[in-house]
Amino acid sequence: MIEESFVQTMSLTFKLAGVTTLFLLMIGIPLGYYLAATKNRLKPVLEAIVSMPLVLPPSVLGFYMLVFFSPKNAFGQWLDETLDLRLVFSFEGLVVASIIFSLPFMVHPIQSGFSALPKNLTEAAYTLGKSKINVLFRALLPNIRPSLLTGIVISFAHTVGEFGVVLMMGGNISGETRVASIAIYDEVESLNYGAANQYALTLFLISFAILLFVYAINKHFLKAELS
Amino acid sequence: MNELILSKDLRGANGVIPLEIDTTFKRGELTVLFGKSGAGKSTILRMIAGLLEPTGGKIIIEDEIWYDSSKKINLPPQKRKVGFVFQDYALFPNMTVRQNLLYALDDKKKIVKVDEILKITELTKLENEKPDALSGGQKQRVALARALVREPKILLLDEPLSALDFAMRAKLQDELLKIQRHFNLTTVLVSHDIGEVYKLAQFVLELADGKILRQGTPSEIFGGSKISGKFKFSGEIVDIAQSDIVFIVSILVGQDVVKVVSTEEEIRDLKIGRKVTLSSKAFNPIITPI
Repeated sequence: MIEESFVQTMSLTFKLAGVTTLFLLMIGIPLGYYLAATKNRLKPVLEAIVSMPLVLPPSVLGFYMLVFFSPKNAFGQWLDETLDLRLVFSFEGLVVASIIFSLPFMVHPIQSGFSALPKNLTEAAYTLGKSKINVLFRALLPNIRPSLLTGIVISFAHTVGEFGVVLMMGGNISGETRVASIAIYDEVESLNYGAANQYALTLFLISFAILLFVYAINKHFLKAELS
Repeated sequence: MNELILSKDLRGANGVIPLEIDTTFKRGELTVLFGKSGAGKSTILRMIAGLLEPTGGKIIIEDEIWYDSSKKINLPPQKRKVGFVFQDYALFPNMTVRQNLLYALDDKKKIVKVDEILKITELTKLENEKPDALSGGQKQRVALARALVREPKILLLDEPLSALDFAMRAKLQDELLKIQRHFNLTTVLVSHDIGEVYKLAQFVLELADGKILRQGTPSEIFGGSKISGKFKFSGEIVDIAQSDIVFIVSILVGQDVVKVVSTEEEIRDLKIGRKVTLSSKAFNPIITPI
């Protein structure tokens, strides 16, 4: 019985982290590229918005998202009626919240990766007749692989570990919104320390393994680039 | 015929300098833009390539209008057939030498062309190396080869040899000349090295503060036509030292330092770092085989 709910919670946790990371990658590449290339005066505003989740308490973010997406408010109602999408206390809502919450962890490494590339790589590709999209995929992205990897892994790990936003936005619905970090809290509240430890230790080991992987791989990447 | 009329405000260390250029250069000729840094040399290349938009003017290359402010024509860099060689090479680190060249190839059926250019530039043996494994001279050759693959109407070289040591520079100058003549390519090269200009240029545009100071063949510009010297070298003063009542001026010519005795009056206009012409009228050189 316990085993089944453990497996369900862990697989939900990784499903959430996986889906979130995938969306973040699709958002993070164009956003990071734009931030690295733009000379727009409004760039600091955009950068501040992207970085907000780093400093804001997750409960603040969760609270506003809860209010914003609630079917009692205009936007939430519109989503509910036209797209049949309810974001509060649902898995979809957790994905949206996690994307916003982990955004800086994906955008920052990608942005600094693009910034570190020589500007004339892009210009050289233009003079060779290549379109912007072609240049991005053929000449730039392959050269920021370490940054992409860092972004993917850190975003994934950060989503696995988040608590406040998930609790505010998703609550604690088994199989829908109960992820590992929530489950630990839940088990401790019911003085079920053994089960809490099972979750805690699993998260502890996975987080360590993920970070070890990033640092080992990036060292390997750096070596390969220097040789 | 190629025509170049450009205006643009240059933002330099000494404030804004207006760049005003109006010149023509012949097809198949190697033109050198010569002048101090900040004179606007690289800016002109970037404007020809379409990487920087002029404020006004006209760029006509091989009778094709690339830019004309009065007709509101401004082709993007992708539509201009240029071969641009950057000072720091700008090779794609994720691609091998061969892949760098293949990336530049528009028509994948012309793959033979890549092999041919690899052969001409003596890169066939290195074709599977990544740029990071190459020396400066080799990288420069790859950058040139990549520019040639595109079959450019004009080859633009932005101080391509300045980061190399003297021996490598001399060797690559020869290769560059050979390749330029082989393809009969209209070429514009940026340089601030007089020796290089002498060796490579068929036509020189000397720039200062965004304006053309002089234009003509290298000997017309640097020859100092007043002197009918039989022996003439250009060099740079590296030292001026007093010895009793005379001064010993050390001049770097190529890789050799030549010491010349001068009087106080003669050295008045000279200072260390100044480019000079070293010539001698009435003497009979002795040629000894070495």
